[in-house]
Amino acid sequence: MADIYLDNNATTRVDEAVVAAMLPFFTEQYGNPSSMHGFGDKVGRALRQARVQVQTLLGAAHDSEIVFTSCGTESNSTAILSALQAYPERREIITTTVEHPAVLTLCQHLEQSEGYTVHYLKVDKQGRLDLDAYRAALSPRVAVVSVMWANNETGTLFPVREMAELARSAGVLFHTDAVQAAGKIPLDLKSTAIDMLSLSGHKLHAAKGVGVLYLRRGVRYRPLLRGGHQERGRRAGTENTAGIVGLGVAAELVQQHMEYANTVVCRLRDRLEQGIIAQVPNCFVTGDPHNRLPNTANIAFEYIEGEAILLLLNKAGIAASSGSACTSGSLEPSHVMRAMDIPYTAAHGTVRFSFSRYNTADEVARVVEAVPPIVAQLRKLSPYWDGNSNGPVRDPQQAFAPSYA
Amino acid sequence: MWEYSDTVKEHFFNPRNAGAVKDANATGEVGSISCGDALRLTLKVDPQSETILEAGFQTFGCGSAIASSSALTEMVKGMTLEQALTISNQDIADYLDGLPAEKMHCSVMGREALAAAIADFRGEEWHDDHEEGALICKCFGIDAAMIEQTVRANDLRSIEEVTNYTKAGGGCATCHEGIENVLTRIWGAAPAPAPVLSTAEVVPCGGLTNLQRIRRIEQVLESLRPMLQRDHGDVELVDVDGNVIYVNLVGACTGCMMAGATLGGIQQQLIEALGEFVRVVPASEMKRVAAGGR
Repeated sequence: MADIYLDNNATTRVDEAVVAAMLPFFTEQYGNPSSMHGFGDKVGRALRQARVQVQTLLGAAHDSEIVFTSCGTESNSTAILSALQAYPERREIITTTVEHPAVLTLCQHLEQSEGYTVHYLKVDKQGRLDLDAYRAALSPRVAVVSVMWANNETGTLFPVREMAELARSAGVLFHTDAVQAAGKIPLDLKSTAIDMLSLSGHKLHAAKGVGVLYLRRGVRYRPLLRGGHQERGRRAGTENTAGIVGLGVAAELVQQHMEYANTVVCRLRDRLEQGIIAQVPNCFVTGDPHNRLPNTANIAFEYIEGEAILLLLNKAGIAASSGSACTSGSLEPSHVMRAMDIPYTAAHGTVRFSFSRYNTADEVARVVEAVPPIVAQLRKLSPYWDGNSNGPVRDPQQAFAPSYA
Repeated sequence: MWEYSDTVKEHFFNPRNAGAVKDANATGEVGSISCGDALRLTLKVDPQSETILEAGFQTFGCGSAIASSSALTEMVKGMTLEQALTISNQDIADYLDGLPAEKMHCSVMGREALAAAIADFRGEEWHDDHEEGALICKCFGIDAAMIEQTVRANDLRSIEEVTNYTKAGGGCATCHEGIENVLTRIWGAAPAPAPVLSTAEVVPCGGLTNLQRIRRIEQVLESLRPMLQRDHGDVELVDVDGNVIYVNLVGACTGCMMAGATLGGIQQQLIEALGEFVRVVPASEMKRVAAGGR
């Protein structure tokens, strides 16, 4: 039986049509798009087409608003650092406590090394932002707001359209990390006040090593990489032509599948979630189940640890991911789970199942069958679990209180 | 994904002695729920002979925490308490054919649970002297708490000094920013930059004769020797067989719980100096390997 891939928020399989579109750009179409000959010219045309395809996916007003980069992280760094350089007298940044490390680590660095003041907006237990706190932080001292469109761990959506409007009325640039949202929900940027947006190719069935920075026309901008005139001087460096062409095709395909992803795939996700929750005691969905990506389910299994769950799932041929400390090599569980105030005994046991259009009902049935015995097997080893009652021990934090906890 | 040895996987998938021992007369509970690893060790000790008759574990933790717990219970059964107390965390890691540097704390947890359980049996109070921070140097398994402690105790100001005192940063050198951050946190100003390592000249792969290779290996060991000798240890080259380099750690290195991490650091330096992948193995394992064991 083929293995089951439910880790599509980490990365996705490159669509076969995308691979087919990319291949000629390694062999026949190897020209440099900047060159003044036929080899380069054809490649240049292919890039223009890809730019339009991405523009269409994002619903951007102009194709020149699309800047190709090497990845989502580069797009995020470029956007934030550009805003700081463009408004050097503004020394504050607004972001959230649950951003991806691509934004969070950069902000922490700017805070510690460059002396910026960073406002980290907190979330409630469902991972929702408090817009009043956001309004209070907005001021002419703020150079940029960077808020993710969808959370990578829980899939929870932030009200970025509304937040961008608020930023615009305060005269502040608004950037959103849409690496998880792009291709999963409609974006239609031209109807929003979003100034900058980051996208990553490999999250939507294109190849790794290609990303996009959307730059609204007229936004004050300073490039991260200076050099040649590629991307109209906004991102120097020879283009990743094959990657960009593939991303164009992937953008078109993901748009064709948008409805399918929001109906059929979404129902598969729901069926998986309900199937597991009906059978496994002491587990719960994290994030905001009423306002999230259609492909993401994040379930906290209490009193066991996530890496151990993943190892057993992997043995059963199921790929997922976890917010436990051990899976990241850090000493703390996922900052997203901690920000939502999920207790340690549950935060370490969170497992994320993230779907793509390739997943099937048959796979969901297999996972729903595989998960309960895996959880039971690990709970048998857990000092918090009582095998006789098949429930947590009475008053778990008292019954097991190891030293140096 | 972590590179777990087959023995770690085997103990994780088929843990031995899982669950609490009935009528246990010694219990040790250690770990940290915030870090996601905690262990309750229960023992049944014969009060006359002080022999461990039964051992059981209950673990909240990752694959290697469960494997370390399982290994520990197998190791201590049949031992007297005195014998059990001589088990080091490196012994637990060795029993499992090694643990990734990031996971060595799982074996430390096992060692501490054992000490706590034995103290419980003897009616003593057990204090752990354990302080854990984020892992900084992966080559030698040195965490931030250890670096900070050493920096404060010895008034260290540069990366080079930190490397001399703790070994941290002496391998692949990728953690130097992390060490600088610790120094800056303690002393405020930025520390002096580390000198460019002369030992780790990178050479193109495959261009060396056997003799040149062995000379270069000796050069690297020679350059590391002062660091080991500072800890009253030493290293000697025993044999080179393809990409396997056999060494003896001698002096204070023998039986030191950091021996595994030290070998890892030496290996890292040799990989860089030779420009190829090599494995550094204790000479004591030569027979095992020759016999097709492992």
